[in-house]
Amino acid sequence: MDPMNYIVLAAIVFTIGAVGVLVRRNAIIVFMCVELMLNACNLAFVAFSRMHGGIEGQVIAFFVMVVAAAEVVVGLAIIMQIFRTRRSASIDDANLLKN
Amino acid sequence: MIPLSLSEAQTPTVTTQAPDLDYGLLSPLLVVFAVGVLGVLVEAFVSPQRRRITQLVLALLGIGAAFVLTVVQVGALPAEGAGLTVAFATLVVDRPALFFQGVILVLALVSLLLIAEDRDGEGAFTAQAAAVPGSEEERAHILAGTRHTEVYPLVMFAVLGMQLFTAANDFLTMFIALEVMSLPLYLLCGLARRRRLFSQEAALKYFILGAFSSAFFLFGIAMVYGYAGSVNFADINRAGSEGGLIEGGGPLLLAGIALVGVGLLFKVGTVPFHNWKPDVYQGAPTPVTALMASGTLVAAFGALLRVFYVAFGASVEQWRPMLWVVAILTMVVAAVIAVTQRDIKRLLAYSSVVHAGFILTAVVAASADGLAGAMFYLAAYGFTTVGAFAVVTLVRNPEGGAEAGDLTQWAGLGRTSPLLAASLGLFLLAFAGIPLTSGFIGKFAVFEAAVAAGATPLVVVGVLSSAVTAFFYVRIIVLMFFAEPAENAPRVLRPGALTGTVVGVGVAATLLLGVFPGPVLDNLVPQPEETTAAEGTVPEALFMR
Repeated sequence: MDPMNYIVLAAIVFTIGAVGVLVRRNAIIVFMCVELMLNACNLAFVAFSRMHGGIEGQVIAFFVMVVAAAEVVVGLAIIMQIFRTRRSASIDDANLLKN
Repeated sequence: MIPLSLSEAQTPTVTTQAPDLDYGLLSPLLVVFAVGVLGVLVEAFVSPQRRRITQLVLALLGIGAAFVLTVVQVGALPAEGAGLTVAFATLVVDRPALFFQGVILVLALVSLLLIAEDRDGEGAFTAQAAAVPGSEEERAHILAGTRHTEVYPLVMFAVLGMQLFTAANDFLTMFIALEVMSLPLYLLCGLARRRRLFSQEAALKYFILGAFSSAFFLFGIAMVYGYAGSVNFADINRAGSEGGLIEGGGPLLLAGIALVGVGLLFKVGTVPFHNWKPDVYQGAPTPVTALMASGTLVAAFGALLRVFYVAFGASVEQWRPMLWVVAILTMVVAAVIAVTQRDIKRLLAYSSVVHAGFILTAVVAASADGLAGAMFYLAAYGFTTVGAFAVVTLVRNPEGGAEAGDLTQWAGLGRTSPLLAASLGLFLLAFAGIPLTSGFIGKFAVFEAAVAAGATPLVVVGVLSSAVTAFFYVRIIVLMFFAEPAENAPRVLRPGALTGTVVGVGVAATLLLGVFPGPVLDNLVPQPEETTAAEGTVPEALFMR
């Protein structure tokens, strides 16, 4: 199968993630959409790696997974902290810093 | 019996040689990293009473040592060529990288002094981040005098990320550096002692938007990798001039440049990717804001310059229009919004956005002069902004001890605390670009480079934007020196040795770079004969490839 199809799929998944970040209001779901975008990047890296016949893209995908895991640790800590304070994980409720 | 059909020459050989790293060249990074790791161990093994002083001494020594090692490397740069590559060409050691690293280390050292400032056991950081604001638990922690000394290792890791960000020679290293820099900063933003809701909100916004933008950055890297078959900057540059691996892959490269640009411009904070800046700068503890406004900006521009000048150096015609639009939008929109601000930290944040626009005019030039102008501007702006935020930490509300951000409260400060108001006045004049301050030389350098590269319309917009921003800087100075003190006049703290040093360094750097810019400005990039290039490309001698 043409690897280019996977690139198109990666672009579609990335767009779904980006739209999710923009329209969803729950911080956890927004965060999951960001992870979806990172995974779309991974798919693109692996597909290109296959097209070019090298392993560089696959190695990058591993690094991205590690970074995503580190991001989860920091992100959930911040979301938990704000949830304990406000009893809400909606990013619309966090609006004190508006002018 | 199995026939031995494969001769020895045909057998694929797998080498397991240990990588040969030049530890001498990596030492500034390794020292900072080691101190960060040691700091984590200190948290585990040193008694709470002695932790703060141990961490502080470790951090100051580490950053000082890294700075000395960086300066030593400048002297050891080879006479031939722009520099050296280290660790399988994933990192470079060249003039721009060493300059940016040196500036970042000094700015981090100065910011560390602000972070360490501690009045009667009350630093800028919360006693216990896990306790709900206003709860019994929080009060108990405040009474017990607990502290978050984890702040110091977090700062060290952020500084390591900034150093790596300016020296990365491929996109994978740059992406890791971006995250190493950003993740500790997300946490540091949420640790303010006062107005903790603001602080937590700033951390959430910074985190969500930062993760969002780094996803764009990563997808851009994937596109560029698809086009060039490599993430190494030199290979991408070659693919850009000779054509990529994929038939008709031009759109891939274009999408890659745009998406990578979005990620970098977000970190720099230019319109339309600037929305996080005022909120995060206002909500974060002011010492952390000082670190972000100076160090992160320098690191982000260092990375941006390397990406656009080295990796996309053969595609200047593709990215120039994009940066033109962003620069104009930034200089116009941010200047107009800045005029309406009532809070000093938000005002400084919008001012930082406008300055990012000015520096972009130098990036657009794609020349040796542009690089030198941007480097000088970043150093000058970094010191001035750290000084300005140091002043902000000293002006407090009469009750409660939170910082007095509202500008109406700053009226008449020139009469009650003339020295403090004069320092802030100097910083604001430097932001406005008045002669004899570093800001003037920086602006002159970037605009001159832009005009030489044929970007005169951009400079016209820049000068007009400068005039608008000068208006509100001068308005604050007038307010401080010529208005009656407000009824709810703030309490001005006496600067301790630490904050006093920071303000002093800011004033000294602003004046020195303004009056004697020559020694710095003339030695930033190699001499002109090596740095001429064909139309539409960036001179090769500026960066190590």
